[in-house]
Amino acid sequence: MDFICLPAGDRGILVQFKNEISEQVNEQIIALSSLLKEKQIPGVEEWVPGYCSLMVYYDPLKTDYKKLVNILSSLQVSNTCEMRKEKRIHNIPVLYGGETGKDLSDVAKINRLTEKEVIEIHSGKIYRVYMIGFAPGFPYLGGLDPRIHTPRLKSPRVKVEAGSVGIAGKQTGIYPLSTPGGWRIIGHTPLPLFQPDKEDSPSLIQAGDYIRFVPVTEEEYDSIKRSVEKGGSIFEGFSRV
Amino acid sequence: MKDSAVFKVIKPGLLTTVQDLGRRGYERFGIGAAGAMDPYALRMANLLAGNEENLAGLEITLQGPVLEVLSDCVIAVTGANLQPRVNGKDIPMWASVPVKKGEIIEFGPLKSGCRTYLAVNGGIDVPLVMGSRSTYLRGNIGGYNGRALKKGDVLEKGEEFLPLKRKRRLAPELIPTYSGQISVRVIEGPQANMFPEKSREKFYTGIFSITPQSDRMGCRLQGPSLEIEEGYEHITDPVPPGSIQVPPDGNPIILLADRQTTGGYAKIATVISVDLPKIAQGKPGDQIQFIKVDLQESHKLLKEKEKLFRLLKLQLRGVMS
Repeated sequence: MDFICLPAGDRGILVQFKNEISEQVNEQIIALSSLLKEKQIPGVEEWVPGYCSLMVYYDPLKTDYKKLVNILSSLQVSNTCEMRKEKRIHNIPVLYGGETGKDLSDVAKINRLTEKEVIEIHSGKIYRVYMIGFAPGFPYLGGLDPRIHTPRLKSPRVKVEAGSVGIAGKQTGIYPLSTPGGWRIIGHTPLPLFQPDKEDSPSLIQAGDYIRFVPVTEEEYDSIKRSVEKGGSIFEGFSRV
Repeated sequence: MKDSAVFKVIKPGLLTTVQDLGRRGYERFGIGAAGAMDPYALRMANLLAGNEENLAGLEITLQGPVLEVLSDCVIAVTGANLQPRVNGKDIPMWASVPVKKGEIIEFGPLKSGCRTYLAVNGGIDVPLVMGSRSTYLRGNIGGYNGRALKKGDVLEKGEEFLPLKRKRRLAPELIPTYSGQISVRVIEGPQANMFPEKSREKFYTGIFSITPQSDRMGCRLQGPSLEIEEGYEHITDPVPPGSIQVPPDGNPIILLADRQTTGGYAKIATVISVDLPKIAQGKPGDQIQFIKVDLQESHKLLKEKEKLFRLLKLQLRGVMS
C-alpha cells in the first residue's frame, strides 16, 4: 500500500497517503479503516479517517510503535480504487429556501441563477463524505458544482440551527449542532445528523458514505419532522451506487 | 432531595465542569474526548478520595465555586492552588478531607496553576454519555446537562467504592509545582518538515507566552512567528491532543481536551502525554519553552508514570483493607 507512517505524538500514528483530495486516495483510507475494524489489533484504541490520512491511536503500554507500523505495512489494501460491494447513500430531505434557508436568494443572486436552478444544481448530484470532523457528525463533502460556489457571509451568524444546509466557498455541508457560523444557509433538513444517545453510531453519516440532497415540500418536511420527533422510523434509505 | 445529593452550587466560579478521563472511541464520528485537562491531578484526587482513578470530579478554572455540602463525605482537592477552605478554615490539598452536611466549601485567590480538581468519595454521578461523564462544552454533551455548573445546581455522588478507613495524603515529591516558566517536551511532527529550518529553530529556542484566548479547546501562544514552507497547503487531517498547529498568522496553538477531532493546519510538533498536565496548569501570561525528545523517551516517561499509579493503587488497597 502507498503510505508512510509518522509519529503523531506518543499515542498516534499518522498513516499518510498521497497528499491530495481524491476519491481514489480516500477509498484506500476507508479500506484500511475496515481492515483495522476486522483485525482488532491488540493495543490499537481507535482510528480516525481524514481526506488522505488515517490516524491510528494506540496504547504504548500494550504495544509499540515499530511493531504497529510493521503490522500496518503488512496489511493488504489494493492500490486501485476497488469498488466496494456496498456503498451507503443517504437521502437527505431538504426544505430549500424560506425561513430556514434564508440565504438561498443571495446564493442565486451572487451566481446569477434563479433559486430553482440553485436547488437543481445542489440536489442534482451525489456527494462523497470524505471524513467526519470539525464538529460531532459534521461531514466533509466533496465536489460542489462551481456554478454555485459562494463566499461565506461577511459576518457570521451568532446561531445557525442544527440541520441547516449551507454553502461556504467551494464546500457544501450540514450543521449537525446549533453553533455560530458563517455559511450561506440555503435549506434545512429535519434529519438529526448527530444523536448522542445512539452509542454504537452517534453520527448518522460516516466517512466513505455518500449523500444525496432531496428537495421536499413543506408538507413532506413537516411530516418527516413529526416522525423524527416521535422517534419513529425516519425518511432514510440506503441504496447501492 | 435525594440521598445521593452531595453538593449544592451556591456560586459556580468562572468555569466549573464535571470531567472524568474522557470519552474514548468516538473520534471518527467527530466527537472529541473532552475529559480532565490535567489527568494527573484528577487521577490523584480520585485515589485520595478513595475512588477508582477514572471517576468524575469537578474541574475548576482560575476561580473557585462555593459549594454547600448536602451529605457527609470525603473530598480531595488537587491541581492549581486556589486555597480551598471548609467553613472558613484552610484545608490541605493533595489529601483526603472529610466534610459534613451543612459545611461550605470555598476557594480563595489563585496562588499557582490554572485548574483545580475536586473529587468526592463515590465520584460525581451524572449520566454516562458514550461511556463517559465528561462535559464536552462545544457539543453540549455529557457532564451536568452538557454545560458548566450554574448557581442552584445540585450534584449527586455515586456509590462509595470502599469506605476510607484512614486519611490519605500524597507524598510531597509527587505533588507538582506550577511555575510561570514551563518546559514542555515534544515529539517532532507530523508535519515538521513543512516548516523551514529557521522556523523550527525559532520553535525550539524561543519563549512563547500563553494568551488569554486559551481555553479547554486550545492553548494559544504568542512568541516568535513561525512561517510555513511557501506554497504548502495543508489538507485537513485528524489531530491528537497536544498537537501544536500553526495557522497562517504564525502563532502556534496547542490542541487540548475539547479540540476538534481534525485540524486544518500543519503541526510542527506534538506535546508528549506526560507533559499535557503542565499545559493544563499554564495560565495566561505564563511562558512556555519546547524541548525535543524522541518517541522512545516519551514512552519511557509514560511507563514510569503508569508504574507510579500502579504502585500507589497497590499501596492504597493495603490502607483500605
